[in-house]
Amino acid sequence: MALNYTKKTLNHFLKPKNIGEIKNADAYAEIGNMVCGDQLNFSIRVQKGKIKDVKFLSFGCASNIATASIMTEKVKGMSLEEAKNYDWNKIVADLGGLPQQKVHCSIMAVEGLKKVIDNYEDKKDVKKDSKKELKKVMKKKSTKVSTKKSAKKKK
Amino acid sequence: MQVYLDNAATTQMDKAVAHIMQTYSLEKFANPSSIHYLGEEVYNDVEKAKAKVAKILNAAPQDLIFTGSASEANNFIIKGVARANKDKGKHIIVSEIEHPCVLGPAKELVQEGFKVTYAPVDKNGRIKITELKKMISDDTVLVSIITANNEIGTIQDIKKIAKLVKKSGAFFHTDAVQVVPYLKIDVKDLGVDFLTLSAHKFHGPKGVGMAYINRSVKIKALISGGEQNHGLRAGTIDVAGIIGFSKALDLAYRNRDKKIEKVKKLRDYFLEEINKNIKDVHLNGHDKLRLENNLNLRFNGVEGEAILMDLSNQGICVSTGSACSAKNLRTSYVLQALRIDPKYLNSNVRFTLSKNTTKAELDYTVKKLKETVKRLRSFSPIK
Repeated sequence: MALNYTKKTLNHFLKPKNIGEIKNADAYAEIGNMVCGDQLNFSIRVQKGKIKDVKFLSFGCASNIATASIMTEKVKGMSLEEAKNYDWNKIVADLGGLPQQKVHCSIMAVEGLKKVIDNYEDKKDVKKDSKKELKKVMKKKSTKVSTKKSAKKKK
Repeated sequence: MQVYLDNAATTQMDKAVAHIMQTYSLEKFANPSSIHYLGEEVYNDVEKAKAKVAKILNAAPQDLIFTGSASEANNFIIKGVARANKDKGKHIIVSEIEHPCVLGPAKELVQEGFKVTYAPVDKNGRIKITELKKMISDDTVLVSIITANNEIGTIQDIKKIAKLVKKSGAFFHTDAVQVVPYLKIDVKDLGVDFLTLSAHKFHGPKGVGMAYINRSVKIKALISGGEQNHGLRAGTIDVAGIIGFSKALDLAYRNRDKKIEKVKKLRDYFLEEINKNIKDVHLNGHDKLRLENNLNLRFNGVEGEAILMDLSNQGICVSTGSACSAKNLRTSYVLQALRIDPKYLNSNVRFTLSKNTTKAELDYTVKKLKETVKRLRSFSPIK
């Protein structure tokens, strides 16, 4: 069945932007796998809460490559919060449309982006938390638990 | 440069076929069922064309039913034989690597109370004959095994399988759509009851299939409502189509040995060049028992459709049985039947040559393929 990729999709497939892997990136993420037929690997560099750089590797079809290419182009410079909520419909619109059976590629691209940002934030959280803070958190958690327990007892 | 390497999908019509079809569309256009002089003339020409096909296949003209496609012919045979012989049994065997137009009707028959079992193939796509033998029971009414699969081109020992099936008392059908001119078809020698062909696979017109039927076996019509084809397939006779089918088949088998040798030489050269220029390429299917025009290759680390699209952008037409090209996004069930590691199921491309393929076209393709695979591998996460 004819796919009728738009010129823009083909251009992004043939000359993808932001391909590769950032060395010593702030975070990495992998989504999909060879068995399901598509895989994207993202790496990001973050500065002042914004995406300074983002790159991707792809094992996938033309639209897998094109969607990741155009998305990375658009989210560069965006705040993490904004990028995390990037709408896959925007990718489809930016490409001038995607064949119905290929729309899932754009969803995979935004999910991969979200995953790499999540990985970054998780890493950051761990770094931030000094031992003391960690202890505090632990304490809080344990107090919470004990309050719950006492609450139960009260009942 | 335009390079067409998707001849298993369809072939370019021969000029001589197009010309003769034009005559039977513009001039000799009468309905062969009409009894006036023009109808009679056309009727006689169609009969002659049928007789020519029958001679090539070593069949009788009345054993041939022309249909609107090979899909229709397969539907007619699978469903027609099963439905007409219910008293004989309600079990059908088809191979795991049949074309969807055999698998589809088989599934339909399950709804009607038939039992369908799937004969497995080995890692090269050859039917496991001992397994098949075990599957046949007294209830088995029909066995259908594809002569050569459309994706991987693996050739089956149809004569041996037909003999085995017939001995059990079941009827035997083979879908031989891919094999002209690479294999000779002698229905008597093969010992088949039913066989399917399609004109557009051998430089004939699209929309013309053919069912060879053993007329001593009961078969129910798929399309009723007319006396054409002895009541087995109603509908105005497709004059230009049948004439075109006959002409194309006749031309296909002329200088057959020379043609096959040319295609095989080019195909082997093509594979050699690919292996010389690109690392990590694997052949799917049998290395010897395969159609001379078929190459099904796996390019590790890249996705098949990406290769296809990149080549397509440079004028080269190939095909992929893999996930992304199909509407349903499923990986090739044929490659799955070979029990290939699932992680390799999405990296395959099929190249199918024809008598019209040239060395220059293949050289160009190797050059572009090398660049494409290099490019796609350069940013693949799979190393």
